[in-house]
Amino acid sequence: MASLRDIKTRINATKKTSQITKAMEMVSASKLNRAENNAKSFVPYMEKIQDVVASVALGSSNANHPMLVKRPVKKTGYLVITSDRGLAGAYNSNVLRTVYQTIQKRHKSTDEYAVIAIGRIGLSFFTKRNIPVVLNITGLPDQPSFADIKRIANQTVNMFADGTFDELYMYYNHYVSAIQQDVTEKKLLPLTDLAANKKLTSYEFEPSQEEILEVLLPQYAESLIYGALLDAKASEHAARMTAMKNATDNAKELIRTLTLSYNRARQAAITQEITEIVAGANALQ
Amino acid sequence: MKTIKVSVVTPDGPVYEADVEMVSAKAQSGELGILPGHIPMVAPLQIGAVRLKKGGNTELVAVSGGFLEVRPDQVTILAQAAEKAEDIDVERAKAAKERAERRLQSKQEDIDLRRAELALQRAINRLNVAGKRG
Repeated sequence: MASLRDIKTRINATKKTSQITKAMEMVSASKLNRAENNAKSFVPYMEKIQDVVASVALGSSNANHPMLVKRPVKKTGYLVITSDRGLAGAYNSNVLRTVYQTIQKRHKSTDEYAVIAIGRIGLSFFTKRNIPVVLNITGLPDQPSFADIKRIANQTVNMFADGTFDELYMYYNHYVSAIQQDVTEKKLLPLTDLAANKKLTSYEFEPSQEEILEVLLPQYAESLIYGALLDAKASEHAARMTAMKNATDNAKELIRTLTLSYNRARQAAITQEITEIVAGANALQ
Repeated sequence: MKTIKVSVVTPDGPVYEADVEMVSAKAQSGELGILPGHIPMVAPLQIGAVRLKKGGNTELVAVSGGFLEVRPDQVTILAQAAEKAEDIDVERAKAAKERAERRLQSKQEDIDLRRAELALQRAINRLNVAGKRG
């Protein structure tokens, strides 16, 4: 049995750890709050642009912009959003496992695909496994603005436009609620699912429909990437909050059992002392 | 006087929302003025200032491209970045301008000239809009 002092030390250490995890939980909770707000302020933009894209692209019969048309797939791009730091439970491993399995299943050689990694954890995961990473960005702030992601979004969309990729998928954790985040696969390009949910407005085009699509579609695709990032960030904070809450709970449970064995050990020591005194007294008689 | 609702929306949230008498913007095909009752239209914008006329005052919003959508009851400007004149960070725009100018002058092979030019345009646009205020 561990000595009284050892148990005491462990109790103290566990208490310190639980204080830290508790603090991290609260930090994540407030970050989650802000991430939710960011996602909310993005909604009007997304809705608007979706509306216009659907109206413009579906409004006429001969919309044959390259970003709308499926082409034979020679190379697939995977855009994977992970976090920069760990301690977020299964947040990163869920996404990475899904991507890794999908890639193994769909492709035979590394020529057929490439990865665009957002977040340090994903980047090191793919480099370690010799999976080609064409673009990466790390060190994004917790509340990313569009300007932070603009460059990589732009390059990604351009890689589709210039034929580097023939299709592009996004993988990220979709934020359902504070306790649930689902790994989502979303086909980003070509844009095939432009469902118009409202009645379409017929527009005048200035100068022409083709030229408008030229501007509109890349902007739309970039905003989809940004939307996914906001979603993923909210999930990250939620996952970290849950992970830290679990850690705090576990620490509390551990402290409880340790305190119990500490008290037992203390009681045992006292009993032993009494027995020794009594035995000593008896021996003197 | 008749007015029309205008909103300028960016991925980081709405920037401007108001009822105005006239909107004028620089579209890629040229200067464009929208009055209430305009037919539905979509037009891509250049990097420039959007002028919003309201009760004798003109407000300016700097936009970095994007496009303009006109509906019977509403005008929406969707841009990747937009700022009202009073929200522009002049120091940052100046720094961006100098950086872009340095890049353009350095004439290295590996820099993206077009991107540097666009960055310069955006910076100049912001400075212009901020300068005209008041």
